[in-house]
Amino acid sequence: MTAADDSTGAASHLKAVPVRHPGRWVAAAVIAVVVAMLIHSFLANPLYDWGRIGRTLFAAPILRGTLKTLELTVLAMVVGIAGGILLAVMRLSPNPVLSASSAFYIWFFRGTPVLVQIVIWYNLSYLYKHISLGLPFVHVTFVTFSTNTLISQFGAAILGLGLNEAAYMAEIVRAGILSVDEGQSEAASALGMPSSLIMRRIVLPQAMRIIVPPTGNETISMLKTTSIVIYIALPELFTSAQNYINTTFVSIPYFIVACIWYLAMTSVLTIGQGYIERYYGRGSNRNPPSGGFLERMGRALRFGRPWLPGRDQMVLSTGNNGD
Amino acid sequence: MVRAEGVRKRFGVTEVLKGIDLEVGRGEVLCVIGPSGSGKSTLLRCINHLEKIHGGRLSVDGELVGYQQRGDRLYELREREVARKRAEIGMVFQHFNLFPHMTVLGNIIEAPCRVKKVARDEAIERAKRLLDQVGLAGREDTYPRQLSGGQQQRVAIARALAMEPKLMLFDEPTSALDPELVGDVLDVMRDLARSGMTMFVVTHEMGFAREVGDKLVFMDDGVVVEAGVPRDVIANPQHERTRNFLSKVL
Repeated sequence: MTAADDSTGAASHLKAVPVRHPGRWVAAAVIAVVVAMLIHSFLANPLYDWGRIGRTLFAAPILRGTLKTLELTVLAMVVGIAGGILLAVMRLSPNPVLSASSAFYIWFFRGTPVLVQIVIWYNLSYLYKHISLGLPFVHVTFVTFSTNTLISQFGAAILGLGLNEAAYMAEIVRAGILSVDEGQSEAASALGMPSSLIMRRIVLPQAMRIIVPPTGNETISMLKTTSIVIYIALPELFTSAQNYINTTFVSIPYFIVACIWYLAMTSVLTIGQGYIERYYGRGSNRNPPSGGFLERMGRALRFGRPWLPGRDQMVLSTGNNGD
Repeated sequence: MVRAEGVRKRFGVTEVLKGIDLEVGRGEVLCVIGPSGSGKSTLLRCINHLEKIHGGRLSVDGELVGYQQRGDRLYELREREVARKRAEIGMVFQHFNLFPHMTVLGNIIEAPCRVKKVARDEAIERAKRLLDQVGLAGREDTYPRQLSGGQQQRVAIARALAMEPKLMLFDEPTSALDPELVGDVLDVMRDLARSGMTMFVVTHEMGFAREVGDKLVFMDDGVVVEAGVPRDVIANPQHERTRNFLSKVL
């Protein structure tokens, strides 16, 4: 029973009338018309060629390309994140040599186009025929590799994308580390923890809250940036679509196929990011939000407005608090 | 336990400690009072080498803080050695500085498990006893932000005690608390003092200093102006500056 139910005052029968929003109805109507026009044009215009899109959406080359894109994204981001953490820690190190090297790396890799970097990695054999492990300057070598076997197309793509990403991730991680209150590392050092342990157990886990959202951005951006490896003829999603275009001389439907897959992958990544954020946000709220993405979607899609009191309780309860 | 001889410290060109001499015996409680900016917190932070001193000698339990003397030279200690010494000194901060991403239990057992390599079960056992001691039994799985300031500070005390320190430093432990929560924290500190812990307390709580302190030091502008038995210093200050300060806080 609510307070409103058992009250007997006249005030308890007053109905609260919510503010009307005629503007919302107008906006909804305008948007509905525009959306209807768009959908109509998609369906009515034969040049979209939905039949072709349907036939190629699950074609083997497209699926293989999608998988390759995913592989490239994941590996490049692993290199990027690991490198970024290393560079950020170096950048913040009291050791001036480490800090300056990190600054130089970030300057160089952010300052040159990633496309050029990938092409240079791919053509490294032009500059260095062989890569050897040995002692410098004294012509003692232990092992020698041919550069071409060491750095494949795929290797060049990972190196180019990953090392470039590391420069950007370094700044993101650095921002995260700087956002953690200095009192945290002070408290940890007062407990006798050495700095490597403080970084790993105290600072980085808290920095993650700041690091995760922009990293999600970077990952989604990377997903699409992988399409530039078409320049070194690596068959990922965009290259696969391009191959169809080259043989059929029809372009838009295949681009749409590629976009559908890019969107699908982006959606999955977005949901995943939500879960990661929830994990690193633990302890940061007095009342932690419950449930993951699917649960929250379920709640949001339910009819009715759960954040308002039910219709039968929408009765003013003023004046009977003390009764 | 703590001995300071002519300790000097500067930040840039401003000298914040201008030759501090004081001594805390084993099992003693020393309270430091003084206006803000007098250098009392800095002195406390020098004791576990969170701040480096620029002159004089500072030793804990007979060993220099942050340095090693060989012949007539002082060698700065490596980070690991400093960390090892810090592990024997507990510290409680004004703003608690609990680790927000760990539960209360996680906060308490982190350092014993990872620094002293105590077995996890044993650390948990001791953590529970300590939580009981500070009046927070059963709160192991709460996150710090779900606790009140007074409760957080008591967890912070338990966290420091979990390392079994031989000396406890308190840096204005009740200054950030609502007035009605101060008492709980002071009670815990009073019990700790009775159990024989050596304590170095920077505080504004005159009542606590008078009742629990064995020694009271009044600092102003980087020097010790007056020191003595708390009751005497508070009731009968010898220096104008002490009188001035006391008239404002009492």
